[in-house]
Amino acid sequence: MKTKMFALLALTSAMTAGTAVASETISVSGSTSVTEVMEVLAETYQQSNKNTFIEVQGTGSSAGVKAAKNGTSMLGMASRSLKDSEKEPELKETTIARDGIAVVVNGKNPVADLTKDQIAAIYRGEITNWSQVGGESKPVVVVTRDTASGTRGAFEDIMKLKRKVNGISVSAISQRAQVGNGNGVVKTIVANNPFAIGYISLGSVDNSVKALKVDGKAASVAAVQSGDYQVARPFLVLHKDANTSDAARKFLDWVVSAEGQKVVADKGYISVL
Amino acid sequence: MQSASIDTTAVPATGTILPQSGRRRDWKEQFFKILFLLAAIIGVLSLAVIAYFIFQESLPAFAEAGVSGIVTGTEWLPPALYGILPMIVASLASTIGAVAIGVPVALLTAIFIAEVAPKWLANIIRPAVELLAGIPSVVYGFFGLIIIVPMIQEWFNVPAGNTVLAGMLVLAVMILPTVIAVSETSLRAVPKTYKEGSLALGASPMFTIFKLLVPAARSGILTGVILGIARALGETMAIIMVMGNAPAMPGSILEPARTLTANIALEMSYASGVHASALYATGIVLLVFIMMLNGTLLYLNREKAK
Repeated sequence: MKTKMFALLALTSAMTAGTAVASETISVSGSTSVTEVMEVLAETYQQSNKNTFIEVQGTGSSAGVKAAKNGTSMLGMASRSLKDSEKEPELKETTIARDGIAVVVNGKNPVADLTKDQIAAIYRGEITNWSQVGGESKPVVVVTRDTASGTRGAFEDIMKLKRKVNGISVSAISQRAQVGNGNGVVKTIVANNPFAIGYISLGSVDNSVKALKVDGKAASVAAVQSGDYQVARPFLVLHKDANTSDAARKFLDWVVSAEGQKVVADKGYISVL
Repeated sequence: MQSASIDTTAVPATGTILPQSGRRRDWKEQFFKILFLLAAIIGVLSLAVIAYFIFQESLPAFAEAGVSGIVTGTEWLPPALYGILPMIVASLASTIGAVAIGVPVALLTAIFIAEVAPKWLANIIRPAVELLAGIPSVVYGFFGLIIIVPMIQEWFNVPAGNTVLAGMLVLAVMILPTVIAVSETSLRAVPKTYKEGSLALGASPMFTIFKLLVPAARSGILTGVILGIARALGETMAIIMVMGNAPAMPGSILEPARTLTANIALEMSYASGVHASALYATGIVLLVFIMMLNGTLLYLNREKAK
């Protein structure tokens, strides 16, 4: 019995020691939207750099900024521009890609084109029926993201969905809006509900939902690149030199190189080169 | 090995060697008593530490918004307003609904497995129910999102099926295994002689089940219900996926709502300052509710037993 126990103990310690040997680990956390492209970047990078292990975690943009500041992660990801309150001199921003935010509806919805003002009014809860924007006489089911989301932050900035309560700036998105905690959840809700409207990262649009034209401009990679489609935001990677290893900086350089940007473009996002 | 060494000290415990061996035995007894005590303390200590930290972390929020501003406030708009009354209502409504739907089904299933079903059928149903307990809550949530939500949309003709009702239905299924397992065990624990006596007096099997077995097993069944309530109140992932999470006060069970647990899970990752503290305050309210519910049920149980 005892020998068995010791053997087991020895075995487990040998196993944990084995995994601990894998040399460099780079921790990356933050925006769930950036996570999608970062995971592919990490996989591609690890193929040519066998002794580097990149750990990617989707926790939301605000958490990503916080992690990069206090060093819980070497690199933080954010899918919106930093707020003034978040900026610090030592915190370095690298734009690794640009992304459009697509406003999506169910494929059965005849509405195909909305203005920014109409979208903002829908999200404020002022427009509650599709007939008010030229659709069928059906209620609008508004789907938004959780407040941690960079997609929501960028969407609120672009659509000017902010209001003041007691002198503090808060979100103006209707309290009755449904909240989905991720691009995938919003997409699933919209795909299953003929009256729903949501917004998701352009890179994660597929044929389960229909992307609307905004102000007459279709959401596409080319339109974001030319500046025609204005519902767009940067994908940022944040780091402090004090908290990062050489391996992490090398990885970041690779991401903005031609090779890394090819991965970005293949994934449907807009390269910064 | 352990019992053998106790025997050797216990058997020659006569005459002159008694004091010495007695002391050795005392020492051993003492050691195990302390070991048991330590094990028991770990649970209580965890509760105390969790309660202390949540309480301490929530103080800034209570200081800024006031207890009434948080507990009876109806608007959740961080960083300005921190009212969680809609979430309290949503948590209570979804739990009550889940219990109202789930407990009768679970109780009847438990009676069926324990008393009515032929052995081969019980041997199919029991493992199936146990398997239900092993399904991760995110899978329940996905099932709810794909099956129950569109179903509610169609049946009740509402624009969105992500409603309190969807939460109730998913939770009702989720509490089944707990309530069934505990109820079945307590039904089986009722002495056979009770049942035999009742049947010998000419009572029908159904009369015996409802008038004798269920009342006799009541305390165990109630324990199962309490565990089910705790599970329903504490469930997070599945609820986030099917209830819509809108922080506004739900007007009916056909409107979306956000539970206390969902509020913490949705916003914890990025909240800072008073906002984070308000989420701890949400945790305090949740803790108080669970304690109150369990306390009430335990009290009722004891009163009825008298």
